[in-house]
Amino acid sequence: MALEQVLKPQDYATEVHNDWCPGCGDFGILRTIQMALAELKLDPYRVAMVSGIGCSAKTIHYIKTYGVHTLHGRVLPVAQGIKLANPNLEVVAVGGDGDGMGIGGAHFVNAGRRNLDMLYILHDNGVYGLTKGQAAPTLKLGVQTKSLAHPNINDAINPIWLALAAGATWVGRGYSYDVKHLKDLIVQGIRHKGYAFLDVLQPCPTYNDINTKEWDGGEDRSEQNGGRPLPRVYKLDGQGWDPVVHEPMEIEAKAKQALAKALEWGDRIPIGVFYNNEHVPDMGERIRQRIPTYYQKPPAEQRIAGPNGEPLTDLTKLFERLTVQPTA
Amino acid sequence: MPAKTQRVNDLSWMIGGPQGSGVDSSANAFARACAHAGLDVFGKREYYSNIKGEHSYFTVRAASRVIRSHIDDVHLLATFDAETAFRHVREVVDDGAIIYDPSLARTKLSDIPTIEPRLKGDLKTYLIARGVGETLDDLLTTAKQRGVTLVPVPYNDILEQIADEFKVDALSKIARMINMLAVGASLGLVGLEFDYTVQALNDVFRGRKATVDMNASGARKGYDLAKALAPDFSYRLERMARKEPRLFLTGSQAGALGKLYGGLRVQTYYPITPASDESEFLEANEILQLDGHGAAEAEDSAFLKEKDASVLVVQTEDEIAAITMAIGAALTGARSATATSGPGFCLMMEGIGYASINEVPVVITLYQRAGPSTGMPTRHEQGDLRFALHAGHGDSPRIILASGDFEEMIRDGLLSFNYAERYQMPVIHMVDKALANNSGTVAFPQLTDLRIDRGRLLADGNGFGPEHPYHRFELGENPVSPRAVIGQHGTLFWNTGDEHDETGHITEDPVLRDLMMEKREAKLQLAAKEIPDSVKYHYFGAKDAETVIVSWGSTKGPLLDALDRLLAEKESVGFLQLRLLNPFPTEAVMAHLAKAKRRVDVEMNFGAQLGGLVRERTGVDLTHTILKYNGRPMSNSELHDAIKAIIRNQAPRRTVLTHGA
Repeated sequence: MALEQVLKPQDYATEVHNDWCPGCGDFGILRTIQMALAELKLDPYRVAMVSGIGCSAKTIHYIKTYGVHTLHGRVLPVAQGIKLANPNLEVVAVGGDGDGMGIGGAHFVNAGRRNLDMLYILHDNGVYGLTKGQAAPTLKLGVQTKSLAHPNINDAINPIWLALAAGATWVGRGYSYDVKHLKDLIVQGIRHKGYAFLDVLQPCPTYNDINTKEWDGGEDRSEQNGGRPLPRVYKLDGQGWDPVVHEPMEIEAKAKQALAKALEWGDRIPIGVFYNNEHVPDMGERIRQRIPTYYQKPPAEQRIAGPNGEPLTDLTKLFERLTVQPTA
Repeated sequence: MPAKTQRVNDLSWMIGGPQGSGVDSSANAFARACAHAGLDVFGKREYYSNIKGEHSYFTVRAASRVIRSHIDDVHLLATFDAETAFRHVREVVDDGAIIYDPSLARTKLSDIPTIEPRLKGDLKTYLIARGVGETLDDLLTTAKQRGVTLVPVPYNDILEQIADEFKVDALSKIARMINMLAVGASLGLVGLEFDYTVQALNDVFRGRKATVDMNASGARKGYDLAKALAPDFSYRLERMARKEPRLFLTGSQAGALGKLYGGLRVQTYYPITPASDESEFLEANEILQLDGHGAAEAEDSAFLKEKDASVLVVQTEDEIAAITMAIGAALTGARSATATSGPGFCLMMEGIGYASINEVPVVITLYQRAGPSTGMPTRHEQGDLRFALHAGHGDSPRIILASGDFEEMIRDGLLSFNYAERYQMPVIHMVDKALANNSGTVAFPQLTDLRIDRGRLLADGNGFGPEHPYHRFELGENPVSPRAVIGQHGTLFWNTGDEHDETGHITEDPVLRDLMMEKREAKLQLAAKEIPDSVKYHYFGAKDAETVIVSWGSTKGPLLDALDRLLAEKESVGFLQLRLLNPFPTEAVMAHLAKAKRRVDVEMNFGAQLGGLVRERTGVDLTHTILKYNGRPMSNSELHDAIKAIIRNQAPRRTVLTHGA
């Protein structure tokens, strides 16, 4: 699938006018996806970008690959349908937190069970942006962002926990203002053999005035740090942190470690890879065990008609099994 | 010499029992025995939404001619519990018979918890009116008084003999065999050679010789016991000289076969009655064979090399995922479908709208069942016509095709995909519970005329690329734009549920909006023009008939059977079966109804949905409706009588049929 010629990130950009708010965290995600596609030398004609509904969903219109902007909450089943029918395509799904954790919750958890070889990027900003600032499932209890009449009456879902519980085999978190780090995570997530889930902290400058870029960056805490901001977001990498399940026997320990780390919030918010387990066969492999020719002849690449439209599927054997032969 | 005149090869047989006791297998065995003997067979299955314990029953008709429906009468009722006798005794004709277990003679009506209070009250009144008590014995006495033959089969004694013979240590291990004893007794009573029973058991317990032997031994004992009564029984089955093989199918299998023939490669589904059977059949047969027909002459090397076919069946987390996953798969070029029933279809509508606006060819097989809401999950209805027509918000073109029998289900499976691809829109293939669960013999379907039509699907190497960009929703003379699939070099495109421009990006431009709306609608007009009359409708019966019946879907079976009788009675009757319901075949309907004195709408719902649609699309009012909504399919006898009453001007405008237990 890799290209011979070198494409630059901007080669993966369309000319569609981008109508996100100035300063939106989505820009960082868009740019890093384009950087990751370029780094992986992916052929645009072999990549499907799939999105849900909301500001995040417009991402696919700005990327020059196949782009499927689906329905609210339905990014995962459409993405899975594409990947299942043609496992030789690279499929990346993007969606908002309301899209994935709220209206699409059932798909979020069931995607983990399938462990299909694809990446899902969650734009996590705690609010429904395009409908003007209602609380999203990732907004903490008691938080009152500026469009809310009252503090949030629901508590937040922890996307990392939910992804791990559902069975995602690669779970990471990125930060949309740390472009290089985020790009590396996207590259890893695409390369991962199995279902990769990437939670991206993506401040909404218009409607979430609590979990802002400044808050993430700890600008309110400069007094504690000799006048310099004391960032809340920190990287897991390079601190003796090893999220990789090297042997199946490590699964429990690594999952526990990931769950414990994912509880951190507030003063310390970890970003990086929480969990990485390639010991679980992905859906394609499971199908191949039942249908040996699945990869060579996936559903999308099977020919169904002869030169004059003759149906190629031969029902003879099925008919034989369903035949009654009079024995008079 | 038979003691009296016997009706040969025209039998209505029923078996019932608690769910989980093997009623279906026994009916399958009975029907197959008849089929092996060369008879034509039709089976109807009725069951509760329950796993074990509630009453289920199966009606099998066996005859020397093609039969497509059931009748109200039961000639032979096979029971092995008291409930079946209580529920169905009144359906047994006076010269019919009841096979029963004499050890249950003391069982009281009030002791049977699974009979609903309404029916219990009704039966009590019936028994009191005849001056008897409320035991099974009392009930059977009333039947005997009106001439019904009683055939006691001491099931437990026979089971004990079998346990001895086959060295089975506990009777409970072979208790399920009781139903095959009843089958044996049934076939003994109607006098069909026992060999056919053995063949049927071989079919039912394929490859399990010990099970076949034991069941055959049991069936034989039942057979011998009843055989003595055969000469005095009014109904007899005889083998027919017949050589050609036939298919023994259920509708669910027919649905699956049609889709496979049509090139289905991805099927998604969420478990729901009665749609799941189709998906399960597909999954069990996921590795496909390819036909070499024409290969030798084919110059096309890709065609010659083609092998390794399979269908991928995916069980999803819900029906929303089922439709949207099928849409995703369809975008890659695989012929993709889902199958569901009412509640699941409810969840699909946003997806259907999406497929419509994005011009995605996807097929939804809608197995209707009794609604609204959960309704009666295992019971029959045709209540979703209006719903399928309008499912989703906004104007979203879709094609609706309705099958009336197994062969149509097979053909329509392929046609649905053809239309979905040719007109680039969702196709809702409407079937129903009755079709799904009916079973029977059918002649080998003649499918050689069918061709796969993929419409304006771009070939590879189509010349598109950065220099000559592809526009998925190109606005041109032809409202159907050339379709590329994801992964096809040079043809990037975008899809969105928003209104879009030619490339597929979001637009709210009023001019483009109009053009796109009109483009999508024009495809439907094109479909109306191109789809042949032979697909749009069938007309049966007398030309320019005085009375024309209009109907759709599985009522075709009982209607054709009723029509045969009415025509034999020299009535001027015709039957217009509508198959393409959207776009609506307005002209054909008007032409067929124009001269009719009586125009009768027949359908399995409360609101006369097709009748309303006919009026809406043609301005023609139907003079009468025959409706049914008790969850049980129409029998040809009740239909015959209802139509007859209309012809004689003895019927109100609206007749509601109520038969069925």
